[in-house]
Amino acid sequence: MTIFPLAGRFDPARLFSFKGGIHPETRKFLTSECAIEDMPVPTVLRVPLQQHIGVEAEPLVARDDMVLKGQLIGKARGPVSANIHAPTSGRVLAVGHFTAPHPSGLPVPTITIRPDGDDRWGDRLPRMRPESADPDEIAAQVAKAGIVGMGGATFPAAVKLNLRARYDLHTLIINGAECEPYLTCDDRLMRERAEEIADGIGIMARALGVKQVIVAIEANKPQATAAMERYHRVLGYALKIKQVPTQYPMGSEKHLVKTLTGKETPARALTAELGVVVHNAATAHAVHLAVRYGEPSISRVVTISGRGITRPANVRALIGTPVAELLAHCGGLAQEPERLLLGGPMMGQPIQNPRVPIIKGTNGILALAASETRDREVMPCIRCGLCVQVCPMGLTPFELNTRIKAGDLEGAARVGLLDCITCGCCSFTCPSNKPLVQTIHFAKGKLAEQESRKHQQEQAKRLAEARQERQEAIAAAKREAMAKRKAEMAAKKKREAEAAAAETPKNGETVK
Amino acid sequence: MLYAVTSMTALGLGLGLLLGLAARKFHVETPPVVDEIEGVLPGTNCGQCGYPGCRAGAEALAEGAAPVTLCPPGGRELALELAEITGADANGAADLDGMEEAEQMVAFIFEDHCTGCTKCFKRCPTDAIVGANKQIHTVVTDACIGCDACIEVCPTEAIIHRTKPRTLRNWYWEKPDLVPGDGEMRISA
Repeated sequence: MTIFPLAGRFDPARLFSFKGGIHPETRKFLTSECAIEDMPVPTVLRVPLQQHIGVEAEPLVARDDMVLKGQLIGKARGPVSANIHAPTSGRVLAVGHFTAPHPSGLPVPTITIRPDGDDRWGDRLPRMRPESADPDEIAAQVAKAGIVGMGGATFPAAVKLNLRARYDLHTLIINGAECEPYLTCDDRLMRERAEEIADGIGIMARALGVKQVIVAIEANKPQATAAMERYHRVLGYALKIKQVPTQYPMGSEKHLVKTLTGKETPARALTAELGVVVHNAATAHAVHLAVRYGEPSISRVVTISGRGITRPANVRALIGTPVAELLAHCGGLAQEPERLLLGGPMMGQPIQNPRVPIIKGTNGILALAASETRDREVMPCIRCGLCVQVCPMGLTPFELNTRIKAGDLEGAARVGLLDCITCGCCSFTCPSNKPLVQTIHFAKGKLAEQESRKHQQEQAKRLAEARQERQEAIAAAKREAMAKRKAEMAAKKKREAEAAAAETPKNGETVK
Repeated sequence: MLYAVTSMTALGLGLGLLLGLAARKFHVETPPVVDEIEGVLPGTNCGQCGYPGCRAGAEALAEGAAPVTLCPPGGRELALELAEITGADANGAADLDGMEEAEQMVAFIFEDHCTGCTKCFKRCPTDAIVGANKQIHTVVTDACIGCDACIEVCPTEAIIHRTKPRTLRNWYWEKPDLVPGDGEMRISA
């Protein structure tokens, strides 16, 4: 019998891993040894104004305007929104709508730019010295640079940096787990740009005012861990580099927090309630560029992989580069892909049109061949309970599924529909190939629609009441005006009568 | 002159008194359920139910002359609420199934037919139409409740009903059974 190393046993990352999860074949070998290459400027760039959660940005340019690299072309609107910058210099071909990089294929407001090939920088943001900068200034700079969470959730990073005003934060966790199969963009970035990422982490730690910083990297990325370990101290903050078990969905922030701290985030709450903020490693890199060099978020590293790709690669591409051009850069499609995905294979979104652009949250483009996708023959549920075992949120996917099928959305919500993070573990593991997570996707959308309808009805009521009030006010004003006119008329008549009365005796006198 | 004024005043006062007394004498107690129903109805008086205004609709529902599904802008949610208030039978539930499929409708103005007459603009119960005299009007989709008020008054028939357009914000995956084999995102293991 072997004696387990005691030190390892007391590592909280091992003691408190999360319940459930799966171990899909990672297939990271396709691109993990491919160094990040720069994609040349494409022939056309389509920059959507909605690349983030929240309200779409407001366009600041018009057709035929000349823009410079880094110029602000879309201004954030509302508290949860992000600025959009021109990825390169060129002429604005159109400010209109284009197919969104989204499974619906619906149009989204988009600025189309024809690059002039010079790649000429405009005014950059002012550089900062984060060592002496105020936390608010750093957050403001990050907001100006339009940085959003680059792991895929696209939540504006500045909003997260400003959480310190509302919560007592003590820990910053840098998410380098990259648990989705195939994706290696964060892995490569950490290997090649460890110093810059470490600097970005330090800047964010300063902005948040936290006490400790943990960098979490999955155990299947030893080179990235080694690279990050060289920078264990930045801006006065000690970086703790932690290996976490390779397990999907380790990259989900709630699960990462659970693994590293042993604390569970309350249902539908932010990790900030535990005093923990999670940022992606790629976001840290973007923050470094924005604060040290004043460069806004205009490019990102994308993993292009799958058996359908001739030459899988990690590419640094400008935001707005069409997927088709990225595929062409990687030698095109080796075979007709069964599925073209943006993002990872577990949570990525299928797209129909390869002309759609990549956006700030696109971490991968996958062309999956038929051999990499599963057959779709759906069989009845055999009540094996595997989906319950793997659900990292502790839900009962089969029950949710049954309730949703029966149209009982409220019932599904009662058993945790809204807590589902749609990670897809249940569908992945189901021996009957039941589309469990897909049904949940539908139910979540449907429930949101019902909510919005209810909200709309309330608004309609309010509008109708406001209209009635207004009409009554108009009527009252009219009556008043009428009464006033009448009074004036009466006064005028009275004056005339008096004048006439005054004149009559005069006349009489003259007659005399 | 004085004669005319006094006679008219006397007539007015007398008739007013008569009306006031009649209102007291023949006062009809409205059942409280009508108020309750009116409270949950949208209150836009759009007339889609076929009754003149939400109040009349509520009365008809209270009398049992109208089904709980009378209010199209309210949709299924409202019908369920009404069924709870009125205690409707299983018949109502059967109607509800058909209602769920009904897509939300909104008005749409063909701009090349619009003359900018402001007739629809004045009629809209929720101020969902924007425009001015001799300017092309348009519909604020989020505020539109899909009633027929504007369609009826448009002199050039430039307004139609259409299903509410889907946007990225309100789009969601279809129920998987309806599209066999679509929307699956798995890799082989």
